Amino acid sequence: MALRVQFENNDDIGVFSKLTNAYCLVAVGGSEAFYSVYESELAETIPVVHASIGGCRIIGRLTVGNRNGLLVPHSTTDVELQHLRNTLPDSVKIQRVEERLSALGNVIACNDYVALVHPDLDKETEEIIGDVLKVEVFRQTIAETPLVGSYAVLSNLGGMVHPKTSIQDQDELSSLLQVPLVAGTVNRGSDVLAAGMVVNDWLSFVGMSSTATEMFVIERAFKLNQSGPAVLGRAKERAALIEGMS
Amino acid sequence: MEYMEPSSQPTKTTMILCCECGVPIEPNPSNMCVTCLRNHIDITENIPKQAVLHFCRNCERYLQPPGEWVSAALESRELLALCLKKLKGLKAVKLVDAGFVWTEPHSKRIKVKLTVHGEINGGTVLQQVFIVEFTVQNQMCDDCHRTEAKDFWHCLVQVRQRAENKKTFYYLEQLILKHKAHENTLGIKPLHGGLDFYYANFNHAKKMVDFLQYMVPVKVTTSKRLISHDIHSNNFNYKYTWSVEIAPLSKDSAVCLSKKLRQQLGNLSPVCLVYKVATGIHLIDPMTAQISELPGQMFFRNPFEALCDPKQLVEYVVMDIEPIMDKDRKHIPGTGHVSFRHVLCDIWVVRSSELGINENTIHTRSHLGHLLKVGDYVMGYNLGEANLNNTEFENLSADQIPDVLLVRKCYADRQTRSNNRNWKLRHLADEATDERSKHDFHEFLEDLEEDVDYRKQINIYRDAKKALPVDSNDKQAANDSVPHITLAEMLEDLALDCEDDAMGEDNADEGAGAEEI
Repeated sequence: MALRVQFENNDDIGVFSKLTNAYCLVAVGGSEAFYSVYESELAETIPVVHASIGGCRIIGRLTVGNRNGLLVPHSTTDVELQHLRNTLPDSVKIQRVEERLSALGNVIACNDYVALVHPDLDKETEEIIGDVLKVEVFRQTIAETPLVGSYAVLSNLGGMVHPKTSIQDQDELSSLLQVPLVAGTVNRGSDVLAAGMVVNDWLSFVGMSSTATEMFVIERAFKLNQSGPAVLGRAKERAALIEGMS
Repeated sequence: MEYMEPSSQPTKTTMILCCECGVPIEPNPSNMCVTCLRNHIDITENIPKQAVLHFCRNCERYLQPPGEWVSAALESRELLALCLKKLKGLKAVKLVDAGFVWTEPHSKRIKVKLTVHGEINGGTVLQQVFIVEFTVQNQMCDDCHRTEAKDFWHCLVQVRQRAENKKTFYYLEQLILKHKAHENTLGIKPLHGGLDFYYANFNHAKKMVDFLQYMVPVKVTTSKRLISHDIHSNNFNYKYTWSVEIAPLSKDSAVCLSKKLRQQLGNLSPVCLVYKVATGIHLIDPMTAQISELPGQMFFRNPFEALCDPKQLVEYVVMDIEPIMDKDRKHIPGTGHVSFRHVLCDIWVVRSSELGINENTIHTRSHLGHLLKVGDYVMGYNLGEANLNNTEFENLSADQIPDVLLVRKCYADRQTRSNNRNWKLRHLADEATDERSKHDFHEFLEDLEEDVDYRKQINIYRDAKKALPVDSNDKQAANDSVPHITLAEMLEDLALDCEDDAMGEDNADEGAGAEEI
């Protein structure tokens, strides 16, 4: 299921929120209408945490995370870090990263198993990503831009990439990620996908100006129409299966 | 509206669904199909689709803002330029093509079809074709408005000569005609003592004044009258008037010079004759044939009136004449230039009215030795007996005043010369009708006949009404001595008001021939 949301008259909700299978971060100081949409959909299953990073509300672009962990940039204050530790489930490891490209959300795209990262990312950061998020890390570009985190959105069931990505690149990426990929847009033709939407395995929020066609494409790409929180269980089984095979 | 392909196209791209309608399309900066783009974005929305053109019916010109009026034919380049200038939002887009769509000429509508390229968000270039309809509204232009309001002149040049002897003024009229100095004038009005030239444009009037200053000795005074003004924009609307006063001296007038002026001009005699008026006033001393030029500025510093005018001329008969050879003359150091075109002579004359009654001949000297012989009639001023009111003249001692001042030779009587005159002059305004002016003008014509240099400066036209002498010898034999103007010096007058075709062709041929002359 995909839902249209607006953050303070702004369609770029991916900037102001972060959604994973285990938790959801939302920027502080937003309107109650924004929070209520998230909370009505998620409060029963995962925590919705009001957070800020280094005093900024653009948490969606500054952080990266999945079911296993959350990486925050070095600008995060101790208080903010402590707040996140207190509110997120104990299973989620939180790590502050000393990375020059501090907008982690723009340079890293990940689901619970794999991550695409900016080609210029530090070696240490790459290792931390592998350790904390428990993912395989691939240095990649999408549509000839290195900002993979901005132009690709991944879940465990599917992925969406920049509309200019060639079919050849899509094939290559989907074989790396082991999820089917679709080229698409959000927010009435915007190609900055990660800014316009957040997604996990059963739910997606998109910007208010997204059209029906875009929502249809998103639901198909992330297989949201048949799924609910129950899918999570299946994903766990699948992870066990993969681990067993490897 | 068509979608323009972006220049850098990836070699192999995926197809995405148009975000509006779901049609598979190749990705583009707005990620919308052409149809949806057209629905969403109108690059011509800032361009007005209707506009107004102002048209003056009288002069058939269009208003080009802010204040210019230009003539342009329907469907012409100029009109298209005018229409495009009227459209405000064209700067934001790139104009690719423009043309007219045909409309009825009397429909007062002009339709212009425009093709524009516009860039929308993300670098997509759209091409769109649309039609702008112009409504032609009538508005009288300023020039026509002034004409209608009988208030069309801005500048007035008043040319006046306040003198009895108006030859300079007649000469000036011919100069103006020859040099076409009156071309830009709105109207010429003959007034008492001169002409008024009306102009719409300050520069044209100034040009006329400059022309006058160059041609004759004049004094110019300028004045302006405030018609209206706008205190907010500091605009003032004036009517300018130039009063151009021509020096009141003309050819054949006698003048009495002040002592100071005589010294400045090279010790001339006190009583002199004006023999030519050009940029300066040319004086000749009949007693010594000494000539001098009095510049206009110098004249207007100390202006003086003529002593005698040609209407006071008296006819004399030459009884005896003795040329004075150059060697016999007294050469006084400090005297000016002596004319070589005149021959100084001792001459004995009798008034023609007293011929045979009075045996006492009057002796005088004259500069007309080259023209006169015994028995000739000559016109002169009778200074000895005349009653003249001139302060300078009254101060002169008797020995400084000649009894008779001979001015010019008298040829055949005026009527005969007038009848034989096979040429004419053009006129700026209507010809004078009163007897006095006619007489003056005929004298001017006679001057032209007698002086080659004088008539070189002006245009003389053949009088078609007078027959040409059949044999050049027969008429000249009759009055050999009377000066006349040769056919080679005349121009053919172009008469456009012909009555029948044959006549028209005839005139046209003659006109062409005259050009060669």
